[in-house]
Amino acid sequence: MNIAVCIKQTPDTTTRVKIADNGKSIMEEGISWIVNPYDEYAIEEALQLTEKHGGEVTIISLGPAGIEKTIREALAMGAHKAIRIHADNIPADPAVTAKALAETLKSGGYDLIFMGRQAVDDDHGQMPALISQALNLPGVSMVVKLTIEGNKGTALREIEGGHEKVSFNLPAVIGANRHLNVPRYRSLKGIMQAKKIPIEVKQAPLTAEKLLLEKMEYPPAKQSGKIFATGVEAVPEVVRLLREEAKVI
Amino acid sequence: MSTILVATEIRQGELKSINLEVFTAAVKIAKEINLTTTALLSGKNAASLAEIPAKYGIEHTVVVEDAKLEKYSPDCYAAAIAEVARQKDAKVILMGATYTGKDLMSRAAQILDTALAQDCTAYRAEGGALRFTRPMYAGKVRAEVRVASAPVMATFRAKTFKPEENPVAAKVEKLQLNLPEPLTVLEAIETAAAGKLDVSEADLIVSGGRGMKDPNTPEGKENWANLEKLAELIGAATGCSRPVSDDGWRSHDEHIGQTGKTVSPMLYISCAMSGAIQHLAGMSSSKCIVAINKDPEAPIFKAADYGIVGDIAQVLPAMIEEVKKLKARD
Ligand SMILES: Cc1cc2nc3c(=O)[nH]c(=O)nc-3n(C[C@H](O)[C@H](O)[C@H](O)COP(=O)(O)OP(=O)(O)OC[C@H]3O[C@@H](n4cnc5c(N)ncnc54)[C@H](O)[C@@H]3O)c2cc1C
Ligand SMILES: Cc1cc2nc3c(=O)[nH]c(=O)nc-3n(C[C@H](O)[C@H](O)[C@H](O)COP(=O)(O)OP(=O)(O)OC[C@H]3O[C@@H](n4cnc5c(N)ncnc54)[C@H](O)[C@@H]3O)c2cc1C
Repeated sequence: MNIAVCIKQTPDTTTRVKIADNGKSIMEEGISWIVNPYDEYAIEEALQLTEKHGGEVTIISLGPAGIEKTIREALAMGAHKAIRIHADNIPADPAVTAKALAETLKSGGYDLIFMGRQAVDDDHGQMPALISQALNLPGVSMVVKLTIEGNKGTALREIEGGHEKVSFNLPAVIGANRHLNVPRYRSLKGIMQAKKIPIEVKQAPLTAEKLLLEKMEYPPAKQSGKIFATGVEAVPEVVRLLREEAKVI
Repeated sequence: MSTILVATEIRQGELKSINLEVFTAAVKIAKEINLTTTALLSGKNAASLAEIPAKYGIEHTVVVEDAKLEKYSPDCYAAAIAEVARQKDAKVILMGATYTGKDLMSRAAQILDTALAQDCTAYRAEGGALRFTRPMYAGKVRAEVRVASAPVMATFRAKTFKPEENPVAAKVEKLQLNLPEPLTVLEAIETAAAGKLDVSEADLIVSGGRGMKDPNTPEGKENWANLEKLAELIGAATGCSRPVSDDGWRSHDEHIGQTGKTVSPMLYISCAMSGAIQHLAGMSSSKCIVAINKDPEAPIFKAADYGIVGDIAQVLPAMIEEVKKLKARD
């Protein structure tokens, strides 16, 4: 099987996000970068499939040269090849990223294209749908279970209050959700091997962004703990306030 | 006249609250930027629900029934949204930010070659232009975005608006579309236990963390039973933190946070949770947060409107008693 996994570099989820002076982006100093956590489920699933059926896993990521460190972290899980699509910045409009990724994916002859259900930085959750639509391939997002037999796939997809069972023909695009698998730890051997894998750099023309980010702000701070009391004695007052002040019960 | 199109999601033959919320949003926005309103209902049960949008002030309802829409497929449904948007000259397309809504609207944006503001929690109309607020970095910042192409597309997070009844005369039209062959086949839908309210749809949530203890111990069993009792009394759904669902104490569909569900209910009662940043990511936009924790330094208190420092084994039974008293007086 020839499998592509699109990954994105995101800040560690414990990062204290600070807004930059331009008021439109975050300060990148001091951030530790990781492979977007959902993308690890995508990589793991791809690796398990090639371990079973043979084939290769190619990691694809769009961004500046700085993301190559994160690409190597993805490779260290056991992937075989890597492509970086060069962009000076990761676009703010996911549609722009999708078009560039689709261009590269189109010529790769992949049986399956995996990605995370959403990136934990911008939380768009658009990429699997955009790529599937752009390539006119079957696409399933929010996948928690996947079975591949021959050129047919079946996926369990999370919805509010349940799951959908969906079948499709390969090639297809899969958006990986938690519970799809348990991503493996990177072994020392994997980390050493990843250093030797060349990262192919491709150029892609980026289209103009149509989703414009004009301003970033911190959410208003809660005037925390209107009542902050100790022990069961506090309960009657809190319940009264929930009814009379907050009007929620 | 050009219109705002509201795409809807029919689940189990029903238009869930989130659709009604977006109807209300559309009616408000339409007034501010001078557009008409149109709802799109597609699929098997569409015609039977056609009177509902007008109850919430939507002027036109388009019903699309087609053999290809008999079962849900994202590509076909997205094609329907895009095609109706073209035929009706939609300047704005809105939908609820459910998992399916987010997926469908991304696809429709791709077909219409425009951009989508995803999972928005507010909007602002200024000089005819719309701006949307959307949480980024798991709610640590809020971005204001604008879609610089047409149509403008946005999905709204559940509970961002309250559905407001505002009846107008229903104008229902059936449209026949030329749809592509679906690329995926929906084989089955598995739903959680009947009657169980999903956290993402609930107005009130009572949620438990690791401090509730393992339900296989007498103490844990008692705590969780109390949590469920309180939830039942006030008509709330039950939620939990990630370690609680990872350890199998509660089912995965209750897991709230960055890697679970995002909720913004009217009331979120957090029981014995520390308030880790990844958990706050999923619930900090709740309108009112009550935190119960025995540790006064627990970070959850920073996010809370009302905090009670105390042992859950005592505080929950006391709350149940108080709520019972309150309900007895209703
Ligand atoms: C440090 C930092 C600063 C940022 N600053 C801004 C800013 O100032 N303004 C702004 O608007 N946005 C900013 N962003 C957000 C970001 O640049 C875009 O919004 C994002 O690229 C759009 O893709 P997406 O998130 O929709 O993908 P999602 O749909 O959220 O991601 C789904 C999946 O798509 C794949 N994927 C996504 N991106 C890539 C990629 N580049 N290469 C390969 N696969 C990918 C991954 O598998 C991912 O899991 C910033 C991000 C970072 C990390
Ligand atoms: C990438 C990543 C993603 C994550 N995603 C999520 C997510 O989506 N959702 C999520 O919830 N977590 C997530 N986590 C985990 C998160 O970091 C925390 O570990 C988790 O939220 C802690 O759960 P908790 O509050 O239930 O437990 P704990 O942190 O163990 O807190 C238990 C609390 O209970 C209190 N307590 C104990 N006994 C009592 C008592 N008798 N009475 C009253 N209070 C008591 C304690 O004081 C303590 O504050 C994620 C972590 C990572 C790294």
